Amino acid sequence: MFVEIMQTISLYSVPLIILLIPMYALFVKKVKVYEVFCEGAKEGFDTAIRILPFLVAMLFSIGVLRMSGALDMFIDFTRPFFAQIGLPSELLPMFVMRPLSGGAAQGVLVDLLEAYGPDSFIGRAGSTMYGSTETTLYVLAVYFGSVGVIKARHAVAAGFMADAAGMISAVIVTAIIFGSM
Amino acid sequence: MINYIWFSFIFIGFVASFLTGDIQKVTDASLLYANSAVELAIGLVGTISLWCGLMKIAEEAGLVKKLGDFLKPVMIRLFPDVPPDHPAMGSMVANIAANVFGLGNAATPLGLRAMKDLQTLSDDKKTATNAMVMFLAINTSSVTLIPSSVLALRVAASSSNPTEIIAPTILVTTISTLVAIAAAKLFQNMKMFNK
Repeated sequence: MFVEIMQTISLYSVPLIILLIPMYALFVKKVKVYEVFCEGAKEGFDTAIRILPFLVAMLFSIGVLRMSGALDMFIDFTRPFFAQIGLPSELLPMFVMRPLSGGAAQGVLVDLLEAYGPDSFIGRAGSTMYGSTETTLYVLAVYFGSVGVIKARHAVAAGFMADAAGMISAVIVTAIIFGSM
Repeated sequence: MINYIWFSFIFIGFVASFLTGDIQKVTDASLLYANSAVELAIGLVGTISLWCGLMKIAEEAGLVKKLGDFLKPVMIRLFPDVPPDHPAMGSMVANIAANVFGLGNAATPLGLRAMKDLQTLSDDKKTATNAMVMFLAINTSSVTLIPSSVLALRVAASSSNPTEIIAPTILVTTISTLVAIAAAKLFQNMKMFNK
């Protein structure tokens, strides 16, 4: 029931926004909607170009790390420690990949769903971990890059704290709701 | 901090490639990902233009301000440095709403718009403000009602109940958002982040 309501909202929200904002602006506020739209849309190209160098910097450095196999070595190396604190080591690749690369993390989730099944503990916990967190470094590069902010201050630390909290609580919440770890 | 993280990725990648005897990977990965970054940025032009256009109409019609007023009591506590009637409040609410309802392609352009509004309040244009970091933290940990990409993958993997992870996702994202807010507040006055 909840899901159907949410899916209907998702389906209708964009079409309704596209219809209702110009309608209200044009008839109630007498805004010259076409002209104003074009004026706003002008920023699109500049914004995309502004974030470009930041994306190149971030994606290429993460790419070198990923393709070198260093992350796989790191995962193998930390596996025993991970198991010791009671977190299933099958989920370790998700922990490592999620904040760095959305594409890689999605690949990890596909592998987990295939290897353990979507209705297993690993499948459910992996799905929740992926769905609950964002590719923090990518968002940071895009958002700060778009306005030319270079000194990120505590943004990386706060973002990684939230990621860690999200992923650890994903494992715990899944274990509580569905049982068995 | 970001400088060390960025460089350590390259350094670790270099060392690992060297040790595994496949140093060519460093060259290949650099070029491959540099090119895909350009594709990604150019691919955003249309979506950003569309949402910037709609946001401009909404702004002229006074709707952005109304949206900001809607969550005012919460927003003024989260962003004490942003004047309550500033347009940044409205665009941040628009971005957070897009994230919560899973309008992925609208969220980024609205978020960039919010960053631009926040930048108007900043004295040092190269340094992130407390409000920017708080906004980013809330954004990346954002409460999610429907994790649509995960649902699609679970359906593809023929799950007997693909949607069963929605409740845990809502709960977990609520926890991570609270941690994000706490972390952003806690870290903002620490010396190591304000050098």
